[in-house]
Amino acid sequence: MSKKQRLLIFLVPLVLFLVACIFLFKGLFSDPTKLESALIGQPVPAFTLQDIYQPEKQHDASIFKGKPMLLNVWATWCPTCYAEHTYLNKLAAEGIFIVGMNYKDDRKKAIRWLNELGDPYQISLFDKDGMLGLDLGVYGAPETYLIDSQGIIRYRHVGDVNDQVWNNTLLPLFKEMK
Amino acid sequence: MIPELGQFTLIIALGLSVLLSIYPLWGAHIGHSGMMNSAKTLAVTQFLFVGLSFACLTYAFIVNDFTVAYVASHSNSELPLQYRISAVWGSHEGSLLLWVLILAGWTAAVALLSKQLPLESVARVLAVMGMLGVGFYLFIVITSNPFERTLPYFPVDGRDLNPLLQDIGLILHPPMLYMGYVGFSVAFAFAIASLMAGQLDSAWARWSRPWTMAAWIFLTIGIALGSWWAYYELGWGGWWFWDPVENASFMPWLAGTALIHSLAVTEKRGVFKSWTVLLALSAFSLSLLGTFLVRSGVLVSVHAFASDPERGLFILAFLILVIGGSLLLFAIKASAVKSNGRYQLFSRETFLLGNNILLIAALIVVLLGTLLPLVHKEIGLGSISIGEPFFNKMFTLLIVPFMLMLGVGPLVRWKKQHADDLLKPLLLSLVISVLLCVAFLSLFAPSITWLAILGVFLGCWVSVSTAQETWLRATHRNAFVVGIRKLSLSHWAMALGHLGFAICVIGITMTQNFSIEKDVRMVPGDSIQFQDYEFQFEGVSPLKGPNFDGHTGVLQVYKGGQYVTELAAEKRFYRVQRNVMTEAAIDAGITRDLYAALGEQLDDGAWALRIYYKPFIRWIWGGALIMSLGGLLAMLDKRYRVRRRPVRKEAIA
Amino acid sequence: MAKLLFICSLLMPGWAMAAIDVYEFDSSEQELLFHQLTKELRCPKCQNQNISDSNAPLAKDLRQKTYELVKQGNDRDQVVDYMAARFGNFVRYDPPMTPATVFLWLGPVCFIAIGLFFVFRHASRPKAKMQVSELATQEQEKLNRILNKDNTE
Repeated sequence: MSKKQRLLIFLVPLVLFLVACIFLFKGLFSDPTKLESALIGQPVPAFTLQDIYQPEKQHDASIFKGKPMLLNVWATWCPTCYAEHTYLNKLAAEGIFIVGMNYKDDRKKAIRWLNELGDPYQISLFDKDGMLGLDLGVYGAPETYLIDSQGIIRYRHVGDVNDQVWNNTLLPLFKEMK
Repeated sequence: MIPELGQFTLIIALGLSVLLSIYPLWGAHIGHSGMMNSAKTLAVTQFLFVGLSFACLTYAFIVNDFTVAYVASHSNSELPLQYRISAVWGSHEGSLLLWVLILAGWTAAVALLSKQLPLESVARVLAVMGMLGVGFYLFIVITSNPFERTLPYFPVDGRDLNPLLQDIGLILHPPMLYMGYVGFSVAFAFAIASLMAGQLDSAWARWSRPWTMAAWIFLTIGIALGSWWAYYELGWGGWWFWDPVENASFMPWLAGTALIHSLAVTEKRGVFKSWTVLLALSAFSLSLLGTFLVRSGVLVSVHAFASDPERGLFILAFLILVIGGSLLLFAIKASAVKSNGRYQLFSRETFLLGNNILLIAALIVVLLGTLLPLVHKEIGLGSISIGEPFFNKMFTLLIVPFMLMLGVGPLVRWKKQHADDLLKPLLLSLVISVLLCVAFLSLFAPSITWLAILGVFLGCWVSVSTAQETWLRATHRNAFVVGIRKLSLSHWAMALGHLGFAICVIGITMTQNFSIEKDVRMVPGDSIQFQDYEFQFEGVSPLKGPNFDGHTGVLQVYKGGQYVTELAAEKRFYRVQRNVMTEAAIDAGITRDLYAALGEQLDDGAWALRIYYKPFIRWIWGGALIMSLGGLLAMLDKRYRVRRRPVRKEAIA
Repeated sequence: MAKLLFICSLLMPGWAMAAIDVYEFDSSEQELLFHQLTKELRCPKCQNQNISDSNAPLAKDLRQKTYELVKQGNDRDQVVDYMAARFGNFVRYDPPMTPATVFLWLGPVCFIAIGLFFVFRHASRPKAKMQVSELATQEQEKLNRILNKDNTE
């Protein structure tokens, strides 16, 4: 083995270490608790859920067909949902179609919340036992799904929707959807 | 005033470590003995100042000085004194202060105990340790100052220590672990110093051996304590979870275990020099990597400190500087060194190299398993988890060749060994270990699984071979009674180390294969029966502690109608932190633990209870203790004892 | 920073308290499978915890679902696939094969192969005459000189 060859072999640990550092560096700026949805590119799972205001009224997956829309998962026990509610009202006023899904919550509390804070949702689903939540892979409220006109899930955002998230991430994707 | 004094002395210690990292090195370069000698004084003074700083923070905790932000967020006036003291290292800032205290302690110890070493080497080693110190002092002072005040608006009382940490296990676990992590910095510094000087000879291996052994002992005990703590405190009855933070402590241990073995080869036979140096660099580098993983928040872990990217960035920069720099130095200097000892394929050298290969393969499994989820997500393939099923599979595969070799290795001679000479003793120990394995399983195993047979056999194989090797060594030239007394301490060290490992493996095998878990609903007066034991639920009574309230659920345990013990499982509600904790009740035994945890109250007076039967779980920690005892014997071996004469001479001079 | 601390303190109770609930099973095989599954499935909401140890509401739901699926007679793979279809591969502690996870197995295997290659290449042939090289002797002497004592072994 020549001297140069030996040097090259002995440099291997350094190279491996530096490659690992690139990933460690990138990792510093991404949140490991944020999970991507397993349902991207798939239709919204089948379900039958009551309307939040009218228990006798039933909704199913067909409500997601026809136009691009947002599906927002929320609950009154979730402080972040409170924080994003004003922003959702603003989006609704701008004409964005939002379906709300009240997740593992109390109907009375939820209706009071909507009456007091305003109701940004065109349709409000009541998922008391988290059945649709489980099928959607909801792991924490709030979550916001982008759904295209075919009822296919295109993106999921976990955490509150605010000006920055909407303009930088969600709006460009929303405009792309058909 | 006192906290300011603490901060001030910490900054002085920083200044001293800057001097320590420059002055002696320069002296070694130009051959100025006065400058080289200054290293010892600087190292000891630095330790005194950081010790004073640590004492100041401890004082702030003892007197409940809630004007100090760190005290206010991690202590409370109701917290018992011993936990107020251990709260000093209960979170990020204080634990870093403990880290630098320990680093300064090791530095001072090297300064004081290395009188028989050439001045030049000591100067270089201490300078390298000074450099490491500078990095950590800067980290504390810039990003994590524990002395920060809450003035002018300070709270009346503190937010209390996390209840999980209010426990004897957590008083001892971090200092032990840090003694291990930081202890590897000595081997690191010796390796760097010899690379700098270009003297990669057997001498550095001999010098760094006792230090490495000391660090390894602390790390072994630290990990065992952590595992034991998790077992009794978290209420899930597990002893290892393969969590990133546990892995972060396991990786330096694997590298360190490989290192103490390869140091032996390098010292005795002068081979594998560059490999040993690389291991010495790795053991400490992995400790640093662990610090980064725990404190930067790049991985999801149950143990992680509250983290922020700024701190992560600082450690990463430090990591690149220290690890990158040392690996570069290694590439340039070590590639020029050739090992010159010779050995045949069937020799002790080969077996020790095999041990190293498998240990490092295990290290790679843990390293990849810990970091790959991060990489997987960053390259856009999505989040994945790597946990127990994966690690258990890989370790089962690796441990078989490892332990088979471990049984043979000590019998094999250096340089070369005729295979025929070993055939008879190996066959004999094979037969004995098979018999022992069968006897053990028929006595203690409720059923038979392949993994149980494998694990117990391997444990017996290593124990029997170790005993046989000791027998052969003792009767080699003398009668057994005479010979056994003539065996060196380092031989006993090896025997205990290997025996401890075998015990640990048997413990793991039995616990993993034959544990029983029952989640049951019980009304007072109910009883349930399993594994020969009858558990009778007596009921629940209220509980009041210094900073918590709660309930105690009492179970009477009978075996064959005979009273065995009473299990009192607690459920505590900590008033300040407002969280609920289960305190499991454990009846410990050599062959089994009985373990009960109290759950929620159900309807009509019933309670949910979890009962475990854990066979041989004590053997896991017992084995680890025996291993570290072995390490201690190795350190006491007369080869490493400081010779009195030179010391005295120096004292007179 | 403050926010992160808040989240941590929120999550703490999840793992400080044993999650115990009481289920009835048709057979001990089912019970064993249930225990095995709840230890192999990761709670997506919590810190690094399986759904057996966590007390988070989501972990409780997933335990309940696992229980139902086991009770319906599903086997291990079916339950794991069911969960992974909803929550992604993150929920399985046993990672699936992907272009990146291959290295989990390849890494250690390659290292062992290289190590064995080294051992066979560098060990001298049995027939070759063994001799202690002069350099080694010199070094030993130097070592002894430095340590100022006899080598005991």
